Amino acid sequence: MAYGPAPESAKEAEAFLTGHNKEFALFINGEWQKASSKKMMDSINPATKKKLAKISVASSKDVDQAVAAAKQALPGWKSLSGHQRARYLYAIARQIQKHSRLFSVLESLDNGKPIRETRDIDIPLVARHFYHHAGWAQLMDEEMADYESIGVIGQIIPWNFPLLMLSWKIAPALAMGNTVVLKPAEFTSLTALLFADICKQIGLPKGVVNIVTGAAETGEAIVNHPDIQKVAFTGSTEVGKIIRRATAGTGKKISLELGGKSPFIVFDDADLDSVVEGVVDAIWFNQGQVCCAGSRLLVEESVADKLYKKIRVRMEKLRIGNSLDKCIDIGAIVAPVQLKTIDQLVKKGVEEGSQMWQPSWACPTEGYFYPPTLFTDVSPSSTISQVEIFGPVLVAMTFRTHKEAVKLANNTVYGLAASIWTENINLALDIAPQIKAGTVWVNCTNVFDAASGFGGYRESGFGREGGKEGLYEYVKPRIINEFRKTPFVKTKKQKLAKTVHSPKGIDRTTKMYIGGKQSRPDGGYSYTVSDPVGNPIGEVSQGNRKDIRNAVEAAHATKNWSGRTGHSKAQVLYFMAENLYIRKLEFAQRIAQQTNQSLQEAEREVDMSIDRIYYYAGMADKFDGRVHHTTSRNVTLAMPESIGVIAVACPEEYPLLGFVSTVIPLLCMGNHVVVVPSERSPLSATDFYQVLDTSDVPGGAVNIVTGNKEDLLSVLAKHYDVDGVWYFGTQEGSKQVELLSADNMKRTWVNHGKHRDWMNPKHGQGQEFLRQASQIKNIWVPYGA
Amino acid sequence: MAKNTSKTKTHLHARNVGMPFDADVFNHLLVNRSAVERRASTLGKRRSVKKQWQAAWLLKAITCIDLTTLSGDDTKSNVQRLCAKAIAPVRSDVLLNLGMNPSDFHVGAVCVYHNKIKDAVGFIGDYPIPVAAVSTGFPAGQIPLKEKLKQIELSVKAGAKEIDIVVSRELVLQSKWKELYKEVKLCREACGDAHMKTILATGEIPTYTKVLKASWVSMMAGSDFIKTSTGKEPVNATLPVSLVMIRSIREFEELTGYKVGFKPAGGIRKAKQALNWLILIKEELGDDWLNPDLFRFGASSLLGDIERQLEHYVTGRYSASYRHPMS
Repeated sequence: MAYGPAPESAKEAEAFLTGHNKEFALFINGEWQKASSKKMMDSINPATKKKLAKISVASSKDVDQAVAAAKQALPGWKSLSGHQRARYLYAIARQIQKHSRLFSVLESLDNGKPIRETRDIDIPLVARHFYHHAGWAQLMDEEMADYESIGVIGQIIPWNFPLLMLSWKIAPALAMGNTVVLKPAEFTSLTALLFADICKQIGLPKGVVNIVTGAAETGEAIVNHPDIQKVAFTGSTEVGKIIRRATAGTGKKISLELGGKSPFIVFDDADLDSVVEGVVDAIWFNQGQVCCAGSRLLVEESVADKLYKKIRVRMEKLRIGNSLDKCIDIGAIVAPVQLKTIDQLVKKGVEEGSQMWQPSWACPTEGYFYPPTLFTDVSPSSTISQVEIFGPVLVAMTFRTHKEAVKLANNTVYGLAASIWTENINLALDIAPQIKAGTVWVNCTNVFDAASGFGGYRESGFGREGGKEGLYEYVKPRIINEFRKTPFVKTKKQKLAKTVHSPKGIDRTTKMYIGGKQSRPDGGYSYTVSDPVGNPIGEVSQGNRKDIRNAVEAAHATKNWSGRTGHSKAQVLYFMAENLYIRKLEFAQRIAQQTNQSLQEAEREVDMSIDRIYYYAGMADKFDGRVHHTTSRNVTLAMPESIGVIAVACPEEYPLLGFVSTVIPLLCMGNHVVVVPSERSPLSATDFYQVLDTSDVPGGAVNIVTGNKEDLLSVLAKHYDVDGVWYFGTQEGSKQVELLSADNMKRTWVNHGKHRDWMNPKHGQGQEFLRQASQIKNIWVPYGA
Repeated sequence: MAKNTSKTKTHLHARNVGMPFDADVFNHLLVNRSAVERRASTLGKRRSVKKQWQAAWLLKAITCIDLTTLSGDDTKSNVQRLCAKAIAPVRSDVLLNLGMNPSDFHVGAVCVYHNKIKDAVGFIGDYPIPVAAVSTGFPAGQIPLKEKLKQIELSVKAGAKEIDIVVSRELVLQSKWKELYKEVKLCREACGDAHMKTILATGEIPTYTKVLKASWVSMMAGSDFIKTSTGKEPVNATLPVSLVMIRSIREFEELTGYKVGFKPAGGIRKAKQALNWLILIKEELGDDWLNPDLFRFGASSLLGDIERQLEHYVTGRYSASYRHPMS
């Protein structure tokens, strides 16, 4: 009772390749165009090592042309009605469905992944993504009324899900009225080129989609092109960081979907036989070349041996072979370079003393194959449990308690996905929010849908793809068109003459505020604060890097804020507003003193600050998530979660309102904050800690460090335990923040030297702030007794 | 047609003698429905059997069929036709073309009500085809235990070599596992040398977890086979429920060393479905189970579809049902 071969025919795919004479040009401005350099590279079938076709290598000159075409197409495309764009996206979806087998076979040939996967998973998801986003195009006017398209988008996609990643990039970009220049991965460009054919067939306006093939240099040309307004990238964390640095300070928006080392957590009450199939889907899906592969198996000690045994039995039954065989589980590794990496890491694992196990059968020798591999007795310190292997290699370790499971799960720089296996819904929903990951699958794994956002925490990148949360990556708020290069403050002739202040009453010692306590600066220095005319009005602490260190530690030490309910946070915020109101006059006087505004003007700023706190108190229990309409039987909970510890550089203007407008939305979403207030006018912020003290804000939730803004921000942006930075300052400062934040992929929100009118609620508050203060975690909970 | 000389089948494995009731073995087990369904729905897509391999698999499927008639209007004549079909399930020209010996190719068993055992045994004669009887108040099982045991004894006495019993759903629904164990064990004793297939009637069990537990209890009590359904419940054999049951068979073997057979019944009408079941068995239990000693289809119309597929394989033309002798 053997299976025998069950090959899928490659005839139609061959015909497609032959139709292009097995030599592909670039798709620019709706036409096939030869690369200026005439340079070509081979596209190989990794299951046979045979050459499939030659593809062009686009130079920067070609990229210039593609960007120019996209730029030219932009006004026409974005001025189409949502409905008209929806028709195009719908047509693409239909066309992909009509040619689904051709796409499946071509993808399988080019990438080496099993035809079962391209046929049953990749290509149906591609069609679904275009259908879903046809809907968003239609609904944009209503659902995204305050937003507009960004412009020309540069998109760089990986080789593991070639067409699926293309759809994740192109569908939302087009739906929101952008035009694109997309570079497929050098190993796997063929389905993108077939997609170009489809764009032609449906009569997509020229230049809306441009496909430029090539390697790293082509990608670099896209990233650095001045007319590219946004870069969307899926790939390695290493390249993601390069892109972050390259675009720092340019004002280009970026979204990065990077690497992972996702935990697959098995509790002792899980359905172990189902867990085994979950493991197969987690790490032997697409040869383990999946950014969100469940590559770290964490098992409750009491069931570990039993599970390992079951997994080994199952591994013996996995079938590996030619990707077009309909009877295989595992296909070929995409390229020799990847095969080598996997092999080296496995050897390293063996060297480091982990127990390696592979099935008894041998891999085919004609292509690039690697057998499924299980490592047990792995410790978190071994290389293979830290490094993303991107191959069919599972590393397993055990845990004793639920707490330890969470700790092990989060013991990684990545945070893309996690899988939790237990039959106890209480346990599952207790663990899910504790895992630092953008997607958490309960009792399932590697499940995707266009309606659910996908993306990472930490060094797995930022931004979401799919769902409404994914749309924000392809739009910008209309309001930013009103921002100015100069602050929105009335520059009036200073009436006050420079006077010499003489000590009145008791000398006030303004300290910093760290961990809920007033604290002296580590360096023991203070600096003088003056009014705009130059009259000294007080002294504040000169914070240094050690104060920042202390503040960040204090921010992490408290767990008492992030875990609160919306209602509880709202109560504290209302109380804060109440206490500020009581001291309204005092705060107004302080503002007037620092800014030389009239007392009346200053009172307006205090009133607006109270108003703003109320706004976020109101939002605290209302800015909530969604339950996505995904396609399988489950609830997909899209929950906004706090990001963690966020550094804030407040605007220089509006000493109180600038502080309140930036700090309060972060608190509202449950973040802990290290604030560097206005350097010029820090006294309202330092006065504010007395309001914090009296408003039941737990110590450590807000930490205030005064001093040189740029120096302090540089320490914060480099700090590995800071998860995000908000910066309202200069263009140069913005660039620095983006640049220095790349190392641990902090979420940054900077103003590029542009100013908001903080007194205008449309500028100074809103859901944009809350979105920047949170990240969406999608929790998939299948059900059925 | 030459008659086979041997009437007793040689079993490749030791018969399950059961084990003492031990709820600790299964009480903690929980089944995740969604994950089971996912596995079941992808199994047939992960494996594909084509050409000569497919023909071989379909022939194997035929040898695993319990060719069944369980109707109020069964009479001697249709039982006779059924038995003739059991003896010669596929047109001999098709079989010869496939290199099979028509005189030595039969279905797994014929399955009838008690009243038709004698007829069936008579028609089957010396062919190595056991006659199976449904018993214990089939399909609902709503008769006293005493009556159930008596039915079994009578059927065995009438010549049934296999007895398909139904479990008391009430005991399953109320999780009275110990009582269920006792009842099944008594049935097994009443069967004597006849092999016992225990029907769980999974269409009437609300959760997969209960299906799993009922499977465990049935095997502990000494069932030779566990069987999904009577064919009379609104939902019959499904791949997911079968997956749950065969996983328990696998674990039971690990625990006791005994191989228990599996029989999905009801709703299996197409050759393609049969292949999916065989794939399920091969993948989850292994090749040992791919023979009539440990695997049966409870089906009445499946054979007809397989015959058509086999003729298609042989001739390259799509077949018609009237070209194959009816049962």
